[in-house]
Amino acid sequence: MSERWLVAMSGGVDSSVAAALVARAGHEAVGVTMDLGEGSARDAAPRSAKKCCGLPDAEDAREVARALGIRHYTANYRDEFKSHVIEPFVAEYAAGRTPIPCIACNRVLKFDLLLRRAKALGARGVATGHYARIAAAPDGGLGLFRPRDRDKDQTYFLFDLPRATLERVRFPLGELEKSEVRALARELGLVTADKPESQGICFVPDGDVRGALGRLAPGAPRVPGPITTADGAELGSHDGAVGYTPGQRRGLGLSSGPWYVREVRPAENRLVVDRAAALEARAVALRGAHWLDGAPPAGEVRAVVRHRHASVSARVAPGAEGAEIHFEKPVWAPAPGQAAVVYDAADERVLGGGWITGALA
Amino acid sequence: MRIPNPGYPASKLASLYLRMNDVYLDYNATAPLRPEALRAIGDVLANVHGNPSSTHAFGAAARAALARARKQVADALGVAAETIVFTSGATEANNTVLRQAARGAGRGAHLVTCATEHPSVLEEVRALESEGCRVTILPVERDGRLDAGRFEAALTPETRLASVMWANNETGVIQPIAELAARAAARGVPFHTDAVQALGKLPLALGALPVDCASFSAHKLGGPKGIGALYLRRGARHAPLFRGGSQEAGRRPGTENVPGAAGFGAACQAACAELAQSEARHARLRERLWDGIHAALPDARRNGAREHTLAHTLNVSFAGASGEALVEALDLEGIAVATGAACHAGSTEPSHVLEAMGVPRELGASAIRFSLGPGVDEAAIARVLELLPRVVARVRGARAA
Repeated sequence: MSERWLVAMSGGVDSSVAAALVARAGHEAVGVTMDLGEGSARDAAPRSAKKCCGLPDAEDAREVARALGIRHYTANYRDEFKSHVIEPFVAEYAAGRTPIPCIACNRVLKFDLLLRRAKALGARGVATGHYARIAAAPDGGLGLFRPRDRDKDQTYFLFDLPRATLERVRFPLGELEKSEVRALARELGLVTADKPESQGICFVPDGDVRGALGRLAPGAPRVPGPITTADGAELGSHDGAVGYTPGQRRGLGLSSGPWYVREVRPAENRLVVDRAAALEARAVALRGAHWLDGAPPAGEVRAVVRHRHASVSARVAPGAEGAEIHFEKPVWAPAPGQAAVVYDAADERVLGGGWITGALA
Repeated sequence: MRIPNPGYPASKLASLYLRMNDVYLDYNATAPLRPEALRAIGDVLANVHGNPSSTHAFGAAARAALARARKQVADALGVAAETIVFTSGATEANNTVLRQAARGAGRGAHLVTCATEHPSVLEEVRALESEGCRVTILPVERDGRLDAGRFEAALTPETRLASVMWANNETGVIQPIAELAARAAARGVPFHTDAVQALGKLPLALGALPVDCASFSAHKLGGPKGIGALYLRRGARHAPLFRGGSQEAGRRPGTENVPGAAGFGAACQAACAELAQSEARHARLRERLWDGIHAALPDARRNGAREHTLAHTLNVSFAGASGEALVEALDLEGIAVATGAACHAGSTEPSHVLEAMGVPRELGASAIRFSLGPGVDEAAIARVLELLPRVVARVRGARAA
């Protein structure tokens, strides 16, 4: 039966093809591009060029919608993006943590606000160009699974979706390789077919976190402070501790290296560095743990502590703030603020995860 | 930009988007071309190709067509033909007037306008402010009207121009133009009005008012897009915005849009001929729409005073629903309405007009504008009333869920 589905169209090739696949399946696809405002790099065109109807990526999405013969709207979510994504991002860094804004953007913007939009428009739910799969879980309900294209796997950014949400979400690219997605886009003559991959955080161009923080929080001055070892020996100085992340080596300017950031202490405006071996952790503590099956998994699981890291065998245990993950082999430089995402032992199904508060000895 | 299916005629393109029984209630954004205008445009395009500036017979024929169009527009305004300058539209006319008022006046020049104006006035005024002008943007009362006393108090000996729109595009609220113009005249301040939404909707009799200049657009009353007019009272100060020709008596260079002018003239004539009748008809349909909305959704709130509002415009807030989502949801049901001003980066900005009227932000963001015109009939209103309560409930429910 033909259903109406909202498709979140960013103006990239993935969501373009997602829209095409929804339409090809015989459904009524309605494209929506979220206008996320000043903070987003999607909106980083010169001021004059984007004054009216000029979000360049929205223009691409509109063009794709025209080619597919589907409706398209641009929806203003600037305030929501600012309060749910940008501001927490700034606050997390200010607290010495390393946030992942994409997870909040998915949970709040795409799979809450846009799902509400879908409901408002009489649509069954939201389809996106994420690389992930939704399929039956062992208990008969729906589960979130890694996609066929492991290189493009985005399940790390989706681990905290409420399970009930999955019923109203479609990931049409889950069974496709990226190369097939591009081929499909070319076959359909979509303008986005050869558009370059968007990398990293959309509002942090070139991965320059400190530059982005300076732009997003211009009121926060950068004060020089010390770089020390864990026992307090001063090795050098930085021009503001905020924006560094554990495991970071570049930008420290220290001799007799390599030194790696081990800890960011914003209260003391201090960076603690150490040798690589000291950044290994056998376990991490989590807060805000979220389990799709409703309870922490028992037995052997796989876990990752950063996007694109290989998973390691692990076990979940109760912890002071919710949960702990104990790894079979040490993981390197887990960063407070990043997500630890847990998969089943087959490394296919997302079981949940939480937010790293720190490494455990 | 790539054009989809270059071989398609526009009718086929439109058929990709439009369905039978789609209801168009967005006349304040633009109106469908009146048949009289279509005939006049086709007639000129087919038969009159000369440049009105040319000496020869072909030029003379084009001049004649242009003169006739100018007379038709002037008659609709109740003014002499030579006071009408054709422009590309009201945006150009507004920009021209404001810029010439500030020109050569030095840094002390003072401009007075109102918070609910169209962006083609407000943005130009702010640009002039950044270039050194002193600017007063007057607040409006809760009913959207400008208080004449407050207006007069803002006028100073340095005020080069006061500009107040005749009727508002988002709410339809009509300003007391005769009163405001008289007060400006008493103070010796030139007065301009953006009368885009008033032309063809209200009897204007501009010649009888102390209005110095006024801006008009053809496509809001069923003329073609891309043409408008600037009325310049005899003796009104003027300087062209562009350079490069003596067309329009040196007031607007550039080869004249003769077919556009012909369409504009024909639309003016047609709209004015049926003005009284259509005003009554629109008022009846609009009140039926409002009564139906109010009966089904008692908490719907009407924005703008009923007694000072264009007969065809209805602006309503549906608390708890997003106006942007309502417009999309209604579009998917085949009903075309707007949140107010048409487009800001494709997505909707909170309305500055409703904000200026003291409508709380949340209510302002829940507003939609219905604007009626000749193509709207009882059946269209009935269809809207049948669908709207359901759509509003759905959009509200989605937010609460």
